[in-house]
Amino acid sequence: MDILAPVQSFLGPAWLVVWTLVKIIVIAVPLILAVAYLTFAERKIIGYMQVRIGPNRVGPLGLLQPFADVAKLLFKEIVVPSGANRYLFFIAPLLSLGPALAAWAVIPFTDTLVLSKIDAGLLYVLALSSVGVYGIILAGWASNSKYAFLGALRSAAQIVSYEIAMGFALVGVLMVANSLNLTTIVRGQEGGILHWYFLPLLPLFIVYFVAGLAETNRHPFDMAEGESEIVAGFHVEYSGVAFAVFFLAEYMNMILIAAMTATMFLGGWLAPFPFLNDLTIAGFAPLGDGFVWLAAKMAFVLLCFLWVRATFPRYRYDQIMRLGWKVFIPVTLVWIVLIGAMMQTRFAHLFH
Amino acid sequence: MSFQTATFYVFSAILILAALRVVTTRNPVHAALWLVLCFFSAAAIWLLLHAEFLAIALVLVYVGAVMVLFLFVVMMLDVNFDTLRKDFKSYIPVATIVGILVLIEMALVVIGSGAGDAPAPAAGGSESNTRELGKLLYVDYVYPFEIAAVILLVAIIAAIALAQRRRRDSKYQDPGLQVKVRPAERVRLVDVPVENKE
Amino acid sequence: MFARVKALSDTWLLIELLKGMVLTGRYFFARKVTIQFPEEKTPQSPRFRGLHALRRYPNGEERCIACKLCEAVCPALAITIESEQRADGTRRTTRYDIDLVKCIFCGFCEESCPVDSIVETRVLEYHGEKRGDLYYTKEMLLAVGDHHEAQIAADRTADAKYR
Repeated sequence: MDILAPVQSFLGPAWLVVWTLVKIIVIAVPLILAVAYLTFAERKIIGYMQVRIGPNRVGPLGLLQPFADVAKLLFKEIVVPSGANRYLFFIAPLLSLGPALAAWAVIPFTDTLVLSKIDAGLLYVLALSSVGVYGIILAGWASNSKYAFLGALRSAAQIVSYEIAMGFALVGVLMVANSLNLTTIVRGQEGGILHWYFLPLLPLFIVYFVAGLAETNRHPFDMAEGESEIVAGFHVEYSGVAFAVFFLAEYMNMILIAAMTATMFLGGWLAPFPFLNDLTIAGFAPLGDGFVWLAAKMAFVLLCFLWVRATFPRYRYDQIMRLGWKVFIPVTLVWIVLIGAMMQTRFAHLFH
Repeated sequence: MSFQTATFYVFSAILILAALRVVTTRNPVHAALWLVLCFFSAAAIWLLLHAEFLAIALVLVYVGAVMVLFLFVVMMLDVNFDTLRKDFKSYIPVATIVGILVLIEMALVVIGSGAGDAPAPAAGGSESNTRELGKLLYVDYVYPFEIAAVILLVAIIAAIALAQRRRRDSKYQDPGLQVKVRPAERVRLVDVPVENKE
Repeated sequence: MFARVKALSDTWLLIELLKGMVLTGRYFFARKVTIQFPEEKTPQSPRFRGLHALRRYPNGEERCIACKLCEAVCPALAITIESEQRADGTRRTTRYDIDLVKCIFCGFCEESCPVDSIVETRVLEYHGEKRGDLYYTKEMLLAVGDHHEAQIAADRTADAKYR
């Protein structure tokens, strides 16, 4: 911080704003790069599971493919459909991107590295992910297109339904962790893989993962863009950069869900075995607690996202609603009551 | 003027402007969206008072759920604005009386409680007002809270019971039954011997 | 009873979903069947029906005698032929056009040709850059034939015993 002191004195009161902006950029830029390579990983991994090799032409091993895609989308024309509501048509992609980015403010990357340590971090993420649905609804409505509107309705109904199951899964976590602060939640899982919350909260972990799939409109819950039924759903009418922004938001939400899953159930930045902290090379432990582990866990969850997409066929709409309302919500409720009850018994230490 | 005061005025200005647009805009979808902006600005003002739990709950419940459903309905409505606007003038006397009444009541409340200068009680010192709020709701006022919850539940069930009717002419599938189906009940594998050629 | 319990436990333990994931997981490591097109190519049959060509006899005389059987048999009406009598008294085409945009590559023209003049070659990598580029005239077809004659002749010989 001493190096920055002259800059700080030069900027005066504007320092806080500038410094926060710098921190935001430091989070957002790698995030966008991660999105780019997540799309690449998706195409590669699904390709491999379908006995293909996926994109391999642009750059060595196809590694420059995401940039080629971005360049293509940037240079394409944005077509505004006739009768579309122009303002909302252009605001909609931003409305879906904004919350996806904003939620990252509270994700703790290590025990000290977090943009904002607010106490209600868990609620904040939940609230922002529920705001993201506006982008989708508005995109569908403003496009003045039947398919887009149908896609938007499906997607919004689905997101609102699964939000409840997701919220209940989070309630389980905050009961065990005794806090809404994400840093405290990770701290509560210290002591190796057996202390992570996914074990006492196994059903909630699975519900959260599946609800996460549904929240981000991923396979097999991608009714909102079911190609065979409604072309591409809410973003049929979008092209060029506007479409790219939707794409960015969707994948950023995926990474967010992965980060949340890793933070709440898989011990965040904690190493799976405590002895890894003692393995020091030249003064610091490369495999100890740190961002490496969070990244590894996020990568694993994202791999599962892609794996699920490569494996399962798309759900039927009524089945999605049945799963959300009649299976997930009862399961989470029962498990929350169970946890509450167990906390009063002598097995309480298993749930803390 | 501190940074906090400046932000307060910015958010208040946005809030008032958005609230005005809610009632003046012609398009109901736009009105709903301005209302969303209202909620956001209100949440931001609450955040300035360190009422972060309330602010986030406002966004979560009103913006995330209520307004989405609201927007749903408004979007699917095919509102005819001409018929709506036809009798606009005839409502003005009633509207004026109601408006003045509300104004007087609000003024009485504000003057009577002296809320103008008192700071928010739970704010400031304690870092987590989530805990305070939880204690208040689930310890001090647990019975009123639970009763309110039960009343709401009854209302939900009653609304569904009143609105639901089983139409005889609609065909629907029961996913529950479909999931229960086992392959053995549907497919019979028959071992047909290969026919010998003469 | 046991079956019901098993079905119930399978449902709640997500057994079937996991089985599916294991299957795709196994295929992740399977040998990939992709053929890297410009560098690698799939083997072609001698009967491959690609770009058309008009052949010549070894002495350089064009084979086509303008019988118009191909024009008649063509289901897509892609062939247009005009003919007249040449100075030596033989009937020859003055115009032999194939619209490759219409052509469906059924191979009927090749089947119907009594003198093995119109053939379909193994060429599949051709393109047109503007409208009309894929309208092949007699000269173009003869040029294709001249260029690939060795391959065409070899393919006919290889297939001869099955005809």
